[in-house]
Amino acid sequence: MKTPDNWLTIAVTGLNAIDSPGPGIAVIRALREGLNRPVRIIGLSYETLEPGIYMHDVVDKTYQIPYPAAGTTALMNRLQYIHEKENLQLIIPNFDAELPQFIKLAQTLRSMGIATFLPAAEQFEARDKVNLYQFGQNNQLLVPRDKIIHTVAELQSCEDAFGYPLVVKGKFYDAVVAYTLEQAQKAFYKISAKWGLPIIVQEFITGTEINIAVLGDGTGRMISAIPMRKLYITDKGKAWSGITLEDESLLQLAQAFTDATKWKGGCELEIMRTAKNELYIMEINPRFPAWIYLTAAAGQNQPAALARMALGEEQPVYEGYEAGKIFVRYSWDHITDIKEFHQISGKGEL
Amino acid sequence: MYLRKNIATSESGFIFNPATGDSFSANPVAAEILLQLKQGNGAAQIKEWLLESYEVEPLRLERDWDEFINQLKEANLLES
Repeated sequence: MKTPDNWLTIAVTGLNAIDSPGPGIAVIRALREGLNRPVRIIGLSYETLEPGIYMHDVVDKTYQIPYPAAGTTALMNRLQYIHEKENLQLIIPNFDAELPQFIKLAQTLRSMGIATFLPAAEQFEARDKVNLYQFGQNNQLLVPRDKIIHTVAELQSCEDAFGYPLVVKGKFYDAVVAYTLEQAQKAFYKISAKWGLPIIVQEFITGTEINIAVLGDGTGRMISAIPMRKLYITDKGKAWSGITLEDESLLQLAQAFTDATKWKGGCELEIMRTAKNELYIMEINPRFPAWIYLTAAAGQNQPAALARMALGEEQPVYEGYEAGKIFVRYSWDHITDIKEFHQISGKGEL
Repeated sequence: MYLRKNIATSESGFIFNPATGDSFSANPVAAEILLQLKQGNGAAQIKEWLLESYEVEPLRLERDWDEFINQLKEANLLES
């Protein structure tokens, strides 16, 4: 589609604004508010009932794209088709599982005139759950001890090493706190059936859970870091409400992470602050979190800053933000027509 | 004894610790004490003001004061 010259056409994934939401809708909201120019948003969806597909005031047009399992060629073919139609200038992928393919395709996309702003494959791998403990050791960052296991029998050695409770985690998603061997076994089977192997078993750290949304420019410069504490948590452990915090030690930790990785793009550090004020990195998500709009509300619009950097524009380091800014998520029954469902299901675009 | 610098208080008695995200509600007397602590007034000065402003025995005041300060410490609102 031909748009006026000053328009930006940006493709975004993660339109699944459900109870365990993808970040796409929040990213789009921040882009529309923070770029000071008209934006045409192209949604990239996997499933036909991702709510963002039907939210036409948020997403201008949506195209389905193949699941990561279909391979990079299938994804590239689809992106070429979409690019011919829409003349994309930037793609912001928002799912952990799709990122390796977009990282692989970044150069090719660049040659087509499509920008991305993603970590290098090595950066992506270093913070992977499977490598996280070693990452912490290498960079003097506190990370809970863990064991990477492939069989249920190996749980016994985890019990010997960590005792109970311990945390059983999937490679991409899901985590269960297990208090007995039976619970750990059940979690192993359930999570491995859904996400495959290996399974990560981590020592249990108690404390206050804090998340930090971080944006790095790829040279070690931290453009923004906004810490948030969850105030209301769903049964899946997702934040339904949260508040921005002001704490220098959290910003220092985010800076230490950025220094160590030269992180490029957005990410989320999941932190546990113990009663002794130790800050453990529990997990590093390699993309914006679903609550990313809070960064914009607090005064540091990370998605807009990422877009500017991706497009080669100047982006100074953000200074200051508002502590005590709260988000409260809500659900809404969006009404659409069967014709729209047919269109996305049958033609793969809406 | 000082209230942590970044603690936000309001006249209505709402207290917010931006470092932890914790918030509390204080009654009017506690809110006034917090305001005075924030202004840098010392314990002796505030207790004197309390004795002048309220009908309270000095012994009772000391007991209530210790309890209140312990609550502030537990809530991580005082400089360590």
